[in-house]
Amino acid sequence: MKFGYYPGCTLLGTAREFEESLFAIAKRIGLELEAIPDWNCCGATAAHNLSHLLSIALPARNLALAEKSGMEEILVPCSACYSRLATARFELLENENLRKEVSELIEMEYQGTARVLNIIEGLNKVIGDGSGVKIQKPFEHKVACYYGCLLVRPPKVVKFDRAEDPQSMDELLKKIGATPIDWAFKVECCGAGFSVSRTDLVAKLSGRIIEDATKRGAEAIIVACPMCHSNLDMRRGEIEKASGKKYSIPVLYLTQAIGLAMGIDEKELGLQRHLVPVVFPEKPKTGEGAQAKEKATEAVEE
Amino acid sequence: MARIGVFVCHCGENIAGTVDIAKVAEEAGKIPGVVHSVDYKYMCSDPGQSLIKEAIKEKKLTGVVVAACSPRMHETTFRRACAESGLNPFLCEMANIREQCSWVHEKIPETTEKAIELVRIIVEKVKRNKPLYPIKVPVTKTALVLGGGIAGIQASLDIANAGHKVILVERSPSIGGHMLQLSETFPTLDCSQCILTPRMVEVAQHPNITLYTYSELESLEGFIGNFKVKIRKKARGVDESLCTGCGICIQKCPQKKIPSEFDAGLGKRPAIYVPCPQAVPNKPVIDKAHCTYYLKGKCKICEKFCPRGAIKFDQQDEIISAEVGAIVAATGYDILNTDFFPEYGYGKYPDVITGLQFERLASASGPTLGAIKRPSDGKEPETIVFIACAGSRDPAKGIDYCSKICCMYTAKHAMLYKHKVHHGRAYVFYMDIRAGGKMYEEFVRRAIEEDGAIYIRGRVSRIYEEDGKLIVKGADTLLGGQPIEIKADMVVLATAMVAHKDAEELAQKLKVSYDPYHFLSEAHPKLRPVETNTAGIFVAGACQAPKDIPEAVAQASGAASKVCALFSSDELSREPVIAVVNRSAPPVFSTCTGCFLCEKACPYQAIEREEIRDRKGNLIKVVAKVNPGLCQGCGTCVSLCRVKAIDLQGFTNEQVYAEVLAL
Repeated sequence: MKFGYYPGCTLLGTAREFEESLFAIAKRIGLELEAIPDWNCCGATAAHNLSHLLSIALPARNLALAEKSGMEEILVPCSACYSRLATARFELLENENLRKEVSELIEMEYQGTARVLNIIEGLNKVIGDGSGVKIQKPFEHKVACYYGCLLVRPPKVVKFDRAEDPQSMDELLKKIGATPIDWAFKVECCGAGFSVSRTDLVAKLSGRIIEDATKRGAEAIIVACPMCHSNLDMRRGEIEKASGKKYSIPVLYLTQAIGLAMGIDEKELGLQRHLVPVVFPEKPKTGEGAQAKEKATEAVEE
Repeated sequence: MARIGVFVCHCGENIAGTVDIAKVAEEAGKIPGVVHSVDYKYMCSDPGQSLIKEAIKEKKLTGVVVAACSPRMHETTFRRACAESGLNPFLCEMANIREQCSWVHEKIPETTEKAIELVRIIVEKVKRNKPLYPIKVPVTKTALVLGGGIAGIQASLDIANAGHKVILVERSPSIGGHMLQLSETFPTLDCSQCILTPRMVEVAQHPNITLYTYSELESLEGFIGNFKVKIRKKARGVDESLCTGCGICIQKCPQKKIPSEFDAGLGKRPAIYVPCPQAVPNKPVIDKAHCTYYLKGKCKICEKFCPRGAIKFDQQDEIISAEVGAIVAATGYDILNTDFFPEYGYGKYPDVITGLQFERLASASGPTLGAIKRPSDGKEPETIVFIACAGSRDPAKGIDYCSKICCMYTAKHAMLYKHKVHHGRAYVFYMDIRAGGKMYEEFVRRAIEEDGAIYIRGRVSRIYEEDGKLIVKGADTLLGGQPIEIKADMVVLATAMVAHKDAEELAQKLKVSYDPYHFLSEAHPKLRPVETNTAGIFVAGACQAPKDIPEAVAQASGAASKVCALFSSDELSREPVIAVVNRSAPPVFSTCTGCFLCEKACPYQAIEREEIRDRKGNLIKVVAKVNPGLCQGCGTCVSLCRVKAIDLQGFTNEQVYAEVLAL
């Protein structure tokens, strides 16, 4: 299967391990990714706070470029990029005047044939039916699937899963041997873009997510968004300081968890880049899961 | 030779504002056959009608054309005026120069020209009109009431007390509907069952009412005054004529853990059961989906114990045919307790319940005998959060409309809870409080001021369980959207009121229109609130729109009075606009060749076969014949007839061609 691919800035920067792990599993499951030629910034948080037109025009250029290259489905792993591209597509198709205005700005036409896929949608298309992925070491851990705010919302734009109680990532993780827990913070705010300006807020909000996941016995938090990852992983120190508690629970990208289950080397998946070591609690029984855990530990120690 | 009179109406400024009326009248006067042409400011007024009446007499008119508004508005008015002057009313037609001309065009000469054209074509039609006479059909003075909730009960009693026969059909094993499930009713807090059960008993004992419970409408044919219905009486597994309602079968049934529909899933019932002790009729029914005998082929314990031998495992559904003159649909509502709000955890947390479930908790006949105990562990909740508009007024996830009763019953719930658990805390999250009704606002104030219910204006975003408590997260929008978190023991969702799940199917069976939410549509939202667009079929209660008990009862009485008015005469007049198959003298008899294409095409099964025989009884030919009682004048057969043997009275091919040629 072949998708167009929009990496966005984070997958080349702070979330490099997201791309690494995606590529690692992609080549093993027969997924070909072709980056949109000459792609640009999606506008992120800044554009739509400043200019509505700009916030549509930036992603629209990417969509138009993809369309020009004949791409029908574009995989957008970063949730924020996905949200911007999906919103732009939605608004352009709804509003003809806007489409004309944007076409003039970007000097290209966007017809709407190129569609965007988030990481869960994309992976589901390839390995959703369980075939095409070889599980070497089932990911036998209790996991808290954390979707964050942008992946499933707003429902009328993304038209994906249930906005308040999504299940798609849980289903996908069951296929690699994980046990998703039922918890209350699946789509709660992690603090998002306040990561830099108001770390105190992020510490409080992300702290609650980590607290609930830990309390309900999760051994790992699985995310699909670089922003969520950085808040839950990079800001762990602040979170612990704010709550006065220690949390050892690791935060993995969905693709990393799948990669581990496929027996891919931790380094290839970029696990060593995390600030919170990817270590799972000791389990009484020995098995493939335990081996995976040991290897993960080693990798971190390296 | 035709002598047509044309009467052009100004309709105040409505027509005269854009159309040159004087010119229309002048030009109309020049059309061959028109002997009289005048205009008047309001033709529908008394003096206007007098103009027509006098002209008919003085000018010996043989046809009248009124150029005015739509025939839907005033055709009856003008035809009646003609009839008063001795002219057959079907010789009067209207040219619509308002809706189809003056209202939709500008004040330009072409508008006047179009008006003249419109008059011209109607004149040509009227020249070919023939006198027609209304069809008289008999009225079967029996009413069918569908649904035995409070609306159906009220309608049945009103019709029966007026001296007419009523057949009341209820799909569940007992009449009483949702009202029987309620604890106390707002705004008086009188016990729902105490005021309802006397009515139920009255229904059962009324000599004019035939009650079929556990039955459904199978099919409907016919038309106003002459409906033919088939009712499916589902097999109860119990012979009602033998059963005395002693209840021993219910006690002995080994299968006892089936969630009770009557208790909204909070209580349990056996496989052979009556919904509640006050059920009418008090005859049990076997739930075949759960009965051990039907599932595994053995058990029959109820049969062994029944002292009357009333248990009949081999009982079959029975189809009952009846003829009725009018139908009242009072099939009620359902509540939305599905997966609309995963964030509220309904279905996941046992202590998140619906308003109807709370009614059962608060009811003396309920699973807790009226004590407020939460479903998970039977503890008395210290804190209850009530959430209004759980699905209503929520275009994104729920339904667009307001369910109307939730503000009131939520206030009642908070009040009932505080009356039973004095130290308890009752929080109500609301969007607006809609308490329009007699003593309603006062009732809500009482819940807040006297009983101390805490009202918070805002929505709840999420409910989750933590350490045995339900964490309710919401916002107080009166305090600038300040986040609120309440640790509750129980949450009650005022879920939306939706049409019954079978409403669409029922509407299609009855051939009445329904809205996008599957509520049955009334004929006019203001002026014909209990009639449907299908003559002889009326609506009452929450199958038409969400409504509370007083409104449902009022509408039911309204529908009943319409039925009684219909039954007040022995015959009904119908417009003679129906299809007819031509007949002529022997040896042709009719140009109909007997292909019966029309028979298959007729949506009303109005085509019959007529055998034409000679004096010796030998068959000459079989031709089509239209049943004037069934024909609705749709014209399908006319367009289909290959030999043009069928024509629609009042809209004959000749008339329509004349109209086209006049253009």
